[in-house]
Amino acid sequence: MSTMLRINRDKCGYCGTCVAVCPEDALELIDAYLSLERECISCGTCARACPLGALEVVHEE
Amino acid sequence: MKSKYDILVIGGGPAGALAAKTAAEAGNSVCLIEKRPAIGTPVRCAEGIGKELLKEFVKPDPRWISADIERARLIAPNGTTIALEQDRAGNEGGYVLDRKVFDRELVWQAAEAGADVAVKTRATAPIMENGAVRGANVISIGRPAEIRAEVVIAADGTEAQFARRAGLDTVVPLREMMSCAQYLMTDIDIDAGSTDFYLGNEVAPEGYLWVFPKGERTANVGIGISGRKSRDGSRAKDYLDRFIAKNFPNGKTIEAIVGGVPVCRPLACTVADGLIVAGDAARVVDPLTGGGIGNAMYTGRLAGEVATECIEAGNCSKDALMRYDREWRASKMGATIERNYKVKEYFVTLDDAKLNTLADSIANISLKEFSVSALIKELIKRNPKMLFELKALKDALA
Repeated sequence: MSTMLRINRDKCGYCGTCVAVCPEDALELIDAYLSLERECISCGTCARACPLGALEVVHEE
Repeated sequence: MKSKYDILVIGGGPAGALAAKTAAEAGNSVCLIEKRPAIGTPVRCAEGIGKELLKEFVKPDPRWISADIERARLIAPNGTTIALEQDRAGNEGGYVLDRKVFDRELVWQAAEAGADVAVKTRATAPIMENGAVRGANVISIGRPAEIRAEVVIAADGTEAQFARRAGLDTVVPLREMMSCAQYLMTDIDIDAGSTDFYLGNEVAPEGYLWVFPKGERTANVGIGISGRKSRDGSRAKDYLDRFIAKNFPNGKTIEAIVGGVPVCRPLACTVADGLIVAGDAARVVDPLTGGGIGNAMYTGRLAGEVATECIEAGNCSKDALMRYDREWRASKMGATIERNYKVKEYFVTLDDAKLNTLADSIANISLKEFSVSALIKELIKRNPKMLFELKALKDALA
């Protein structure tokens, strides 16, 4: 089973709150596009902090 | 945009603009880069600031002042309202700004002072040599480039990735990241001269909800809740929508924004070899109010001054730049942040019953002074039974 970070781009307000709480510096806000630039450890901190609920750690078989 | 400057400023908010302006006025070659395609937008701010603080940095101009504020009201969970009037206070109240125009004005002033400005230009990494910052690798409208500088001033806001990539720990703990949402609403019944703060764990857990006027029937209606209280179904937006359904059901939202406000302590150290960190990136937001505009301008200006001195002296090492760190910590701003951090840490422990008790105890009191310390002194005086609990507050004032 693997995990990944899913970004709901219809919800994302591209505010960067997730970037500042990410312990791995994995996320980057490039203008109006949130990008997963480096390896995500699926800790879910970003998903908690998001004011809109645009981020989700999903587990896949 | 050239490939070498005395000073490179990263970020075109109030901290970066004041840094660039100050440094350019002192005769340095300066470049300010902003990753967004436009200065001032999108707004990530409730836009409130005290008049006296603002005037230390820029002459008030009706072009970027949305509202003149005469009073603040704190509304407890049970509805008890504590009004703080400016005439009673002896100070001048505040403004709600129009940040889109305000930020543009500040960057304009930096440009007029001689700074180069490059928008849609993002710093991807610091140029590091022997452990020192020597500039930044940037992507400017898709084109990679190197900008070298004697000093880099990182004013890149909440995200604070530049300092992080230079080796400073800028990560905000989840519980100290305020998860925020705000609507610019119109056609609503408000007191256009009052900034209102709604407190309580049902309204805004470990934070507050604000109504900051932008005109007669228009206001920034927003909320910040602690990241640790943020979950599906109870996120900042959910709390805000519930408040609006109850209080402003017929209001119209003409802008919806979100953002994060760091309410942790400032960075352990805000300089490194060749680097100064200013504004939200340095985590110098007031931890109690979440206000950051004035502190950003103060640290930005100081960063510009200290960078200038160090360049003149030919020494931009961490030791030389430490004057910046020492000076802001010893300043009124530094002392207020430390005190308000402790006050905030106490208030987040209160349940609604205690918040109500405290609010009721001072509801009918005329405060002579419009300030956090006056409010706390009154709370301590009026609540002898809670003296043990209020010790944390008392200590914060010491």
